[in-house]
Amino acid sequence: MLRGLWKLTWIEIKIFLREPMGAIGTIVVPVLIFIVLGRVAKLKSGTPSFGFGSGSYAGAGLPVFVSILISISAVLSLVTIISIYREGGILKRLRATPLRPQTILTAHVIVKLILTAVTLLLMFLAGKRYFPPGAHVPWISFTIALLISTWSILSIGFLIASIVPTARFAQPIGAVILYPMIAFSGLFVPVGALPPVLQALARVLPLTYAVRLLEGIWNGDGWLAHMGDVAALTVLFIAFTALSAKVFRWE
Amino acid sequence: MQPVIEVSGVRKTYGKTVAVDEASFEVYEGEIFGLIGPNGAGKTTTMEAIEGLRKPDRGAIAVLGLDPYRQVYKLQERIGVQLQQAQLQKRIKVWEAVDLWASLYGKKAVDGTRLLEQLGLTDKRGTWFMNLSGGQKQRLFIALALINDPEVVFLDELTTGLDPQARHAIWDLVRGIRERGKTVFLTTHLMEEAERLCDRVAIMEHGRIIDIDTPESLVRRHCPERTVVLDTDDIGAAENFKSIPGVESVSSIDKRCTIRGHGDDLVTEVIHCLSENRIRVTDFRTILPNLEDVFLKLTGRSIRE
Repeated sequence: MLRGLWKLTWIEIKIFLREPMGAIGTIVVPVLIFIVLGRVAKLKSGTPSFGFGSGSYAGAGLPVFVSILISISAVLSLVTIISIYREGGILKRLRATPLRPQTILTAHVIVKLILTAVTLLLMFLAGKRYFPPGAHVPWISFTIALLISTWSILSIGFLIASIVPTARFAQPIGAVILYPMIAFSGLFVPVGALPPVLQALARVLPLTYAVRLLEGIWNGDGWLAHMGDVAALTVLFIAFTALSAKVFRWE
Repeated sequence: MQPVIEVSGVRKTYGKTVAVDEASFEVYEGEIFGLIGPNGAGKTTTMEAIEGLRKPDRGAIAVLGLDPYRQVYKLQERIGVQLQQAQLQKRIKVWEAVDLWASLYGKKAVDGTRLLEQLGLTDKRGTWFMNLSGGQKQRLFIALALINDPEVVFLDELTTGLDPQARHAIWDLVRGIRERGKTVFLTTHLMEEAERLCDRVAIMEHGRIIDIDTPESLVRRHCPERTVVLDTDDIGAAENFKSIPGVESVSSIDKRCTIRGHGDDLVTEVIHCLSENRIRVTDFRTILPNLEDVFLKLTGRSIRE
């Protein structure tokens, strides 16, 4: 069933890197945001703190915020690519081979996860000096947590890719849907402080669980403490993927 | 002979539009079969139903004994497909596409390097898809359609948008596919393409198959008219031509004389008449009807409209 997966994945990675603007936009922008905001935070407080002023996010605010940005830009990139491939008949051409549709999507998910990991690594490297001296960053666990989060958010990407009418609108529509989700993900305002309607919405969006998982892991929580978040991310992934499988158009 | 493709009573609607209406035909091993008709006649829908990409509302299709929709993956292994207006990833290189396609099939693929050589793409191996010309793209799509050494090859509007030179080169390639013993199913709205390539054609209009036969038989059956145009200074010649059996009308404008009639013998009779009456001509040509005329006759409109 997965015949052709690795070859397709490898080709898609190469194709991604051949488009400099796309590659720079997705990888460099989040890292730059991290550096700029990191500087601002440092100047303001005199000490390298990552909280957005209130200190209630226990230093995890900025890295988690930027990680979510990394994740969302990977998802936006998936939405754009899928809609371009559909509009150009590339998906249809790939389907007229023994290649299974799920193999095509899996290849793109793998590419986006690799991209996420690479960008996160760059963030760690670029932002080294903004971390508190001697701070213990659980970066392997944190990377895994971000990959799980991205994987889950990608399912919303499938759904958006299923409904955008044309490739031209894919990026803006995706951005309009995805970025506001950050606002009620609990990153800036605790979910409990939101109006009841938004609280209900926050509970069915993977971003909420992603933020809780990432904050926890950054602050040194063990995985056991966040099994609930991982489970929620998995359930939401399955739900959104199933939903998009129903409405997805290949041409 | 056992048909390779059997289509019977296939109907496909999109909302209220009937794309394909009770289409039935058979395609035999080793022939180039053309589905011809104007744009929007239902050719592509019919072809994609045969390829297993669309599910017909009604009717039965068998390709190589398989149900194309339910056994689509089994079928894909044995057929090669070129889709109308398909694209590849803009920045995929020619060799990468061939390499990827070769890895998708269960059986051993044909030698990609040789295939590219046969299609004249060797020096384009490392070129991005977006930088290929229209003809090169179509040649690459033919390569991809042949990579699994398929038994049946489907070509949808293969030469649309190509210049005449590229078109002739592609026609030679398609004849080459038949010479390798493969069956070719193609659609085209170019009557010249159908006449030059196809062993048999099915004429389609408004989702219906109007007639099926060899191009020659279709022309003979529907358009028996023959026209001879000649230039002569002999003023009395027109009277001689009128007495030829099968001639329906003779018209003269200055030196030019146009003789219309029907029947395969008309041209011979005119030549006979010329030599018998020692009529001196300075120009002589025949106008034979073609598929274009057949289409006009059958549908009452030109295929280009």
